[in-house]
Amino acid sequence: MISVENITKSFDNIEILKDISTQFEKGKTNLIIGQSGSGKTVFLKCLLGLFTIDSGNIRFENKMLKQMSIKERIILRQEMGMVFQGSALFDSMSVEENIMFPMQMFTKKSDSEIRDRANIAINRVNLVDANSKFPDEISGGMKKRVAIARAIIMNPKYLFCDEPNSGLDPKTAILIDNLIQEITEEYNITTVINTHDMNSVMEIGEKIIFLKNGKKAWEGSKEDIFHTDNKSVSDFVYSSDLFKKVREVYLKK
Amino acid sequence: MKILTHIGNYFLMLHYTFGKFTKWKVLKQLILKDIDILIIGSLGIVSFISFFVGGVVAIQTALNLENPLLPKNLIGFATRQSIILEFAPTFISIIMAGKVGSYITSSIGTMRVTEQIDALEVMGINTYNYLIFPKIISLSLYPLIICISMFLGVFGGYIASVYGGFSSSADYIEGIQMDFIPFHITYAFIKTSFFSFILATIPAYHGYYMNGGALEVGKASTVSFVWTSVVIILLNYLITQLLLT
Repeated sequence: MISVENITKSFDNIEILKDISTQFEKGKTNLIIGQSGSGKTVFLKCLLGLFTIDSGNIRFENKMLKQMSIKERIILRQEMGMVFQGSALFDSMSVEENIMFPMQMFTKKSDSEIRDRANIAINRVNLVDANSKFPDEISGGMKKRVAIARAIIMNPKYLFCDEPNSGLDPKTAILIDNLIQEITEEYNITTVINTHDMNSVMEIGEKIIFLKNGKKAWEGSKEDIFHTDNKSVSDFVYSSDLFKKVREVYLKK
Repeated sequence: MKILTHIGNYFLMLHYTFGKFTKWKVLKQLILKDIDILIIGSLGIVSFISFFVGGVVAIQTALNLENPLLPKNLIGFATRQSIILEFAPTFISIIMAGKVGSYITSSIGTMRVTEQIDALEVMGINTYNYLIFPKIISLSLYPLIICISMFLGVFGGYIASVYGGFSSSADYIEGIQMDFIPFHITYAFIKTSFFSFILATIPAYHGYYMNGGALEVGKASTVSFVWTSVVIILLNYLITQLLLT
């Protein structure tokens, strides 16, 4: 579990995150939603420790991030997996090498053991015939799968995804969403996903946090979102006619 | 103030570079790869430039020796001095700031733009050590390039001078042996060692700390070339003042 308590973050005296508190539960897909510029990516990078927060606390299983020694932070980071918006695969490495990389860096296992573990991860994300290909030779959807495989190879406790289905066609986007949810349940991971894709919200939003202008404006589940009378979240989620109709049908039922 | 911030950040970067070390098995591969790209990959252009500039220096010297009382062995002497003292260590380093420096800035900058550095950091890797240390080590072989440059420069001068009819082979050979001070070679290699460190670290700094997108990667490469050249020229002056006066 990750607990966030009253965190704030500013850049050049402009407050980007304003007094955010929430909890991300284990074994659940936690979604952070909001318009572009609402502070989602900054929030995620604060959770990852890539940005230092100005005030407040972030706790990983009751351990305060601020008070961790460098050694503890390194151990914590090895328990984290991250899927970046652009996949962030290493250009100079093949798909297999990309996936093997975290294990080569942090374990003393032999190359053959690491390769076996990589192949398990590759099969888990349904990547076929891509082991020896390089990132620029595979599609966007495949890149996301490689990024997920790389993120889960170390059996992380925490999985962070920054817009995992941006730039993907709707079918592939749903496949990626479902894959993340399956992995979350299977490995009992605390998953935090940053998204503004409403399909993801409806598909996998077990817990949703809505950010507006750097503040937490709403929190709930995908079922709650149909009943909410919060205008900001309704305007955002039901901005398209399709979702308005989906809501109407749901409420009639 | 801004320049002081950059200088401070540069030294902090060096401090972190020699901080927590990457696993040797991985580091070894990175060093070998960088030797291939930065050292082996530069041999062709350095050889080509050195040979022809050596030839041009010999021709220019010969054409300026109008007085018949001046011995022809001065052509070899002047070529050797120009190549060993300045052309090979300093001007090849300026050329390398363009070739190797822009490669380092753009490769690290692209990793920054595409969040590959963030991905390494999330994994708990000391990105400074992982990205910059192998380049410092591989460029420590840079004096070998300068050695080749010196040889080819003097050889280029010989070919231009003898086959261009400006002096005899014996005169040129005598010239390159005349008043030889071995410390000049030491001085050249001391300079080169400092330049190799500058060539690895200043471009790496500009790549690592860049912000923005593809356009900014290009801008960072240009800025990195300018600053690497400026520091090399200033350092050249300083080392010459310290060692030769």
